[in-house]
Amino acid sequence: MAKRLSGLQKEVIHLYRQCVRTAHKKPIENRPHFITYIRTEFGKFKGLSRKDFSTIEHLLRVGNRRLEMYATPELKDIH
Amino acid sequence: MFNAIIKRGLATEAKAVAPRLKTFKIYRWSPDRPAEKPRLQEYQVDLNQCGPMVLDALIKIKNEQDATLTFRRSCREGICGSCAMNIGGRNTLACLCRIDQNENKQTKIYPLPHMYIVRDLVPDLTHFYKQYKSIQPYLQRSEVPADGKENLQSIADRKKLDGLYECILCACCSTSCPSYWWNQEQYLGPAVLMQAYRWLVDSRDEAAGIRKQMLQNSMSLYRCHTIMNCTRTCPKGLNPGRAIAEIKKALAVD
Repeated sequence: MAKRLSGLQKEVIHLYRQCVRTAHKKPIENRPHFITYIRTEFGKFKGLSRKDFSTIEHLLRVGNRRLEMYATPELKDIH
Repeated sequence: MFNAIIKRGLATEAKAVAPRLKTFKIYRWSPDRPAEKPRLQEYQVDLNQCGPMVLDALIKIKNEQDATLTFRRSCREGICGSCAMNIGGRNTLACLCRIDQNENKQTKIYPLPHMYIVRDLVPDLTHFYKQYKSIQPYLQRSEVPADGKENLQSIADRKKLDGLYECILCACCSTSCPSYWWNQEQYLGPAVLMQAYRWLVDSRDEAAGIRKQMLQNSMSLYRCHTIMNCTRTCPKGLNPGRAIAEIKKALAVD
């Protein structure tokens, strides 16, 4: 059985899934841009210790704020 | 005689003044390296070469020593409320706070307490502004004035707004309130509540009923336990504690 995730880990996964779902609301030809962007942004902090709570909480806040911005329907593509 | 004139005309050498170095300890944290813990960095400033206010010292440090030091500032005279920070354990505006002239003492400068930090001394005030927006801080009337120009008000009615309208929303009072620290999400905080009261007592406003109803719950207003840190810390000398008490009175008779 897979290891039980902590609350914070669940929150991170929740944010990731939300990001991917938002990406799928964008025009189909630009979707890969969004997906690669999401993956690189999350990948930047892959090495972070899962006990580094304050950093992860900060990054979650930043991520949520950025998601809110990118989720606006006027925004159609990123580079 | 000629000699005397020439002598008088020559500039005399200025006496060398010993530098009066004062240590400032400033909170540093950068979002570029989020895994690094926040730290206090020391800076030495010569008080003889520096203006009288803490903001002068900060600008001097940024100009001459460390350009990466980040803080908000704008008007440098206490009217914009940008430079609110915690100086020597007290929330105040850096531009209105004099430097303690005792060089032996260090001055510690932190951002506003219990706020998320954007960088160094810059707090994230998004939520604070959202709360301000939630009280609808604008005049609400059903009809425009007959002459199409101004909504008139008696002198006595105008007097009621004194001590309320001067608030510059620097967030010093809200962030000094323990109640606001623990219940930031729901409790509106002294600054926003004082503005809520400002629109409640405005004789030109007609939405008092709705405004009162919005505050009529256990969290928005009644988390105020008259700690009065707000009044003590206000850099403009206003009294948010009194305004909140007045709202409570108005809601009690409702």
